[in-house]
Amino acid sequence: MTTTSVEAAGRASGGGAAGRAPAAPGGRARRRFPGRPQQWSAIGFSAPLLVYLAAFYAYPLWRNIELSLHDYTVRAFVQGDPEFVGFANHTEVFTSGTFGTALVNTALFTFVSIAFQYAIGLALAVFFRDNFRLSGVLRALFLVPWLLPLIVSSSTWAWMLNSENGIVNSVVEAFGGPQINWLTSPETALISVIIANIWLGIPFNLVILYSGLQQIPADLYEAASLDGATAWQRFRHITLPLLRPVTAITLLLGFIYTLKVVDVVWIMTTGGPGDASLILAVWSYREAFGTGQPEFSPAAAIGNLLIVIALVFGFVHLRTQRYRERS
Amino acid sequence: MTARPWWKTALGALLTAFMLFPVYWMVNVSLTRTADLRGTPRWFPTAPTFEGYTAALGQQLPALGTSLVIGFGCVALTVVIAAPAGYALAILNLRGGRTLSFLLLVAQMIPAVVMAMGFYAVYVRLGLLNTVWGLIVADSTIAVPFGVLLYSTFMAGIPRELVQAARIDGAGTWRIFGSIVLPVSRNSTVTVSLFAFLWAWSDFIFASTLNRAGEFIPITLGIYQYIGNNTTQWNAIMATAVVASLPAAILLVVAQRYVAAGVTAGAVKD
Repeated sequence: MTTTSVEAAGRASGGGAAGRAPAAPGGRARRRFPGRPQQWSAIGFSAPLLVYLAAFYAYPLWRNIELSLHDYTVRAFVQGDPEFVGFANHTEVFTSGTFGTALVNTALFTFVSIAFQYAIGLALAVFFRDNFRLSGVLRALFLVPWLLPLIVSSSTWAWMLNSENGIVNSVVEAFGGPQINWLTSPETALISVIIANIWLGIPFNLVILYSGLQQIPADLYEAASLDGATAWQRFRHITLPLLRPVTAITLLLGFIYTLKVVDVVWIMTTGGPGDASLILAVWSYREAFGTGQPEFSPAAAIGNLLIVIALVFGFVHLRTQRYRERS
Repeated sequence: MTARPWWKTALGALLTAFMLFPVYWMVNVSLTRTADLRGTPRWFPTAPTFEGYTAALGQQLPALGTSLVIGFGCVALTVVIAAPAGYALAILNLRGGRTLSFLLLVAQMIPAVVMAMGFYAVYVRLGLLNTVWGLIVADSTIAVPFGVLLYSTFMAGIPRELVQAARIDGAGTWRIFGSIVLPVSRNSTVTVSLFAFLWAWSDFIFASTLNRAGEFIPITLGIYQYIGNNTTQWNAIMATAVVASLPAAILLVVAQRYVAAGVTAGAVKD
């Protein structure tokens, strides 16, 4: 199962670093070959990775923290003499009016997205569980949204939701509805990006939950059927409880991925109109790269907040994994 | 599983069609004449035109080339770093391996926008902004942690007897890695390469921050600038999008089984 979901989780929200995390590997096999010389070759073989992590993870992250603690302007960037301001950037960010909006939007975006992705993904996984004709092919086709570059799917959604020429409004108007300014009105912008994001996340949920369903022994269902359990009862009393560990992982990873989504929102609405669809990650991107006036320091401060949230959930993830390993 | 009802297939096909509608729509718009783009959308490309594709390929061919280079560069870098590290973790029992695995896990959770800012700050000083190399390195950060964890999970499942026997025959650490572990892990290599390529190909955040003014921009940025420049020619934008989706489509058709093979091979150990 572990490996299966590694593959599956390959790319959830695509734009972000995807991929995921099997339980710490090789735990059981460890300590079979003790001995000094081998430690040296182990260090040798992992040296490229260690150097890589130091140069391309630790150092950029360190620079990011440095950005957040100084007052970096474009000029200071070039001259390299920014003023140290401590936590002033953080204070500025957390007390700004945008912070509350972004926080609420992020919460809505994440939880609504995940709830629908999970529910739809689970329904589809249960549906595909019975191997009907062509089920393999159809299931593979469901992966398409997941494999497409995010810019492709986001711009397609943007055009489909276009006010005058979009297919969605064309259908709405055919049924006598009004023209809806999906992406340009503050009431619907957040809903629009959430819809697109749900669509993007369904394949990920489907794949993981489907592989989770495969772990549930078929005879349990047969026994329940013999005892006269209805389909709903089987789902309620067999599928859901036995799927709980997989559900936990799916929701957790979904949360982590959704938290760092930038592409979809940026391409569809750039967080607007105003701040109507602004989420934390997009806010950070907008401050640093989205306007003509780059504000790296506040952007980095928002980034720090995102890292802290990610770290908290990283530990939760670890605990869940440990718990799973024990049980 | 005994009865295979057709209604399920029909319902499944309907659901798939609904799910894939945006993809259909992208293709449909890409084949629409510019004059027909305004007003009520046409459901079917009854009079298909390739003007979108001509425009797209005329302008975006260099970007496609750049994306290919970045994709392959990223694959090479990722495999070169991840395979030996997986070996060190899973077979050579690197001390502190659990901590390292945890760090890799956390590394995957760091938002790309944070990494992009850090890289920007680093690259400004090193003069690596707007270079293909810089973008390859930045893009690889998405794939390397995933690659190491995938390799080490798979390699931990390689029968110890295989490694032991080679050791008794006098094979050194290098020999064992090159002649046994790496060939056996071929499926993992395919999987890691596949995702490394796809992520690098699809990357937008790093491209739009680290390579905004570059001479060679990747296709994702090409599409983005297209949207900004001529919002009227959506057929050309969608045509570019179709072309940019080709690697994903090809991989789904050609390599899906390969990936599945890697998955089951690794899953056996559980």
